[in-house]
Amino acid sequence: MKKIVIILLGVLIFCGCGKPREPLNTITLWHWMTDRDPALQELARRYAKQTGVKVQVELYAPSDTYTQRIIAAAQARVLPDIYGILDKKEIFASFIDNGFVADLSPYFKKDNGAWEKSFFAQALDVNRFPQGNIYKIPPGIYGVPIDVTNIQMLYNKNLLKKAGIARPPLTFDEFMADVAALHRVGVTGFVSGWGEMWMVDCFASNYAFNIMGEEKVMATFRGELAYTSGEWLKVLRVFQTMAAPGVLAEGIVTKTNKDAEQAFALERAAFAFNGYWCVNVYNQMNPKLAYGVMMPPVINSERPMKIWGGAGSSFVVNNHSPNKEQAVAFLKWLTAKEQQTFLSQATLNLPANRAALSDIPPVLADFAKVMDQTTHPTIWPYNEHPLVTEALDRGLQSIVIGEKTPQQVAQEVQAVKVRVMAKKK
Amino acid sequence: MKAKIGAFPYSSGMEALRCYAFIIPAVVIFGIFYIYPFFEIFNLSLRDWNGIDLHKTYVGFDNFRELFHDRIWGQSLLNAGFITFIALTLQNMLALALALACDRDIRAKNFYRVVFFIPPILSEVVVGFIWRWILNAGSQNGEYYGLLNYALSKLGFQNLAHNWLSNPDSALICIALVHSWKGFGWGFLMLLAGLQTVDKQLYEAARVDGAGSWSAFKNITLPLMMPVIWVVMILTVLGSMQVFVLILSMVGQGLVYHTEVPVTRILSAMTGTNRFGYACAMGVTFGAILVGVSVAFRALAGKMKPA
Repeated sequence: MKKIVIILLGVLIFCGCGKPREPLNTITLWHWMTDRDPALQELARRYAKQTGVKVQVELYAPSDTYTQRIIAAAQARVLPDIYGILDKKEIFASFIDNGFVADLSPYFKKDNGAWEKSFFAQALDVNRFPQGNIYKIPPGIYGVPIDVTNIQMLYNKNLLKKAGIARPPLTFDEFMADVAALHRVGVTGFVSGWGEMWMVDCFASNYAFNIMGEEKVMATFRGELAYTSGEWLKVLRVFQTMAAPGVLAEGIVTKTNKDAEQAFALERAAFAFNGYWCVNVYNQMNPKLAYGVMMPPVINSERPMKIWGGAGSSFVVNNHSPNKEQAVAFLKWLTAKEQQTFLSQATLNLPANRAALSDIPPVLADFAKVMDQTTHPTIWPYNEHPLVTEALDRGLQSIVIGEKTPQQVAQEVQAVKVRVMAKKK
Repeated sequence: MKAKIGAFPYSSGMEALRCYAFIIPAVVIFGIFYIYPFFEIFNLSLRDWNGIDLHKTYVGFDNFRELFHDRIWGQSLLNAGFITFIALTLQNMLALALALACDRDIRAKNFYRVVFFIPPILSEVVVGFIWRWILNAGSQNGEYYGLLNYALSKLGFQNLAHNWLSNPDSALICIALVHSWKGFGWGFLMLLAGLQTVDKQLYEAARVDGAGSWSAFKNITLPLMMPVIWVVMILTVLGSMQVFVLILSMVGQGLVYHTEVPVTRILSAMTGTNRFGYACAMGVTFGAILVGVSVAFRALAGKMKPA
């Protein structure tokens, strides 16, 4: 009897170690968007009702944790049917290269490209690998955007009025004059989550594009233009200028984006640098907040400001999924006008489907107006090595706290760049 | 059953098998979750890998060579060393002082015991966020948002109000102090337990011989408590060198490199720059350092053992 029990236990343990099999009419979706989870769950319910296919929506937040989970799942080959890759384009390419992501081009091209045409072009570009891309990925579209994004500046209408400022600044000089006026009436000028490296990187990238243009930025990434060049020093000096008293919120270099959002929502700073998602956040923190959206003020008025934007959140389909067709069908349904409008209204996000734009709130519409001026590292032909980016972002923090000069930071970043290039060779 | 010392006590093969059946699950679990990961991490530390690619390029000891010249890694070790030093001195002295106080017949000592043990049982993330709020540097129209700066300004010490977590001079000190505040309860509990094992008659005898409080502490308490103190010190070193959740919740991704510690560097190499091989080299090196420190402490403790 004992032996039988032991054998049974052994069998149970071995069976338990296996991956649970989902029935074929169930697809699993992993996401990281806490604010969108109720809406996604609701849409999953509607989809099940309409089609009989159950979509199991699983939330793993915050995004850092989600990214680690996805990487671990890829290593263990247990990715769900639908998931998102929040990492750099290089890592996205790695996922594709290792067969974890399905090429969705045939689905997008069907019916004269009807599905493809329904999206903002910038939103699809993030998921597109063109012919001859540096990652050597076969050309195609590998992801489905569910919303679009851009990161701009926001201004508090009441605080600007208090300082006698009639309109938001258009140039960097005007911006500095405005923050001086705000400082005189005891208001802090600018807040952002510069404790998060990507936000510093994003702000610096805006000014790099404005000061020297895309071609020179790419030349820097290729190693043809040094960080010690005059153009890059100009970019670094933007941070030095902003480090003047009263311009930046105290402790900005260790502020998370959440802290910065709270500071702006509670009217503790007149300007903020944040993404469109802040509309939802501010609405929750202070529904009476009177604010507007503006492009970061330009330094070089001859060249338009380019801001980070494009696809906000995208989903990819697991190439090894037995439910691949059903997963694609669900994503197609999710990005149709009706569902996109529902998502946008329920979560105050910018829809990826152009047709859904007509029904979104006015502040969001202001964000959407400049989609044509967006760019993003994921669509650039070249990307900087992460070690160089880290050195640059940390260097920018050093400038803000007055620890280093732009020249010192430029030299340090260039030294890292030279080392990385030498290793590559 | 009478068994010979050193010989296998069971004669029958079936009994031996039964004994192995009890041991094997523990050995298997230990092997899978401790031994295998260690070898796998060492194996990965010899490779260049971004965490996704199926192919992992063998690079020999290149990652270790690079690590040896990595200035930021060196700084992170120094930062962790500083936090550990503060914990070893301030935290443990505080723990010992409070344990000595609670070992006496004072009023409400059980209440104090509970209160002193609250910080260690709080989540590190919660503690980090609470202290982040206390140390907040923001102000508007002369009014501070952070509790510490607000209190300082109300008490007339405006000049001491400070950008605590965003200033390279104070950020790491604040983290070390908060870490010590959070951790002293463990030491307190262990030292208090140790103190209660000291025979009280020894103190009475010393008092009869004319020994004062300091003399009794120096000649009775300290020598008898040394084994416990060494254990507390080793645990403090291991816990403090590996601190990182508190840092993440207090200063996010860090203030330049001033708040970097080895674990945040490992995390950054893994998720920030996607250098899994390099991160594993860091992990192996850091593990070796911790083992070295523990062995050194053990050896020191053995040498200082009272005869």
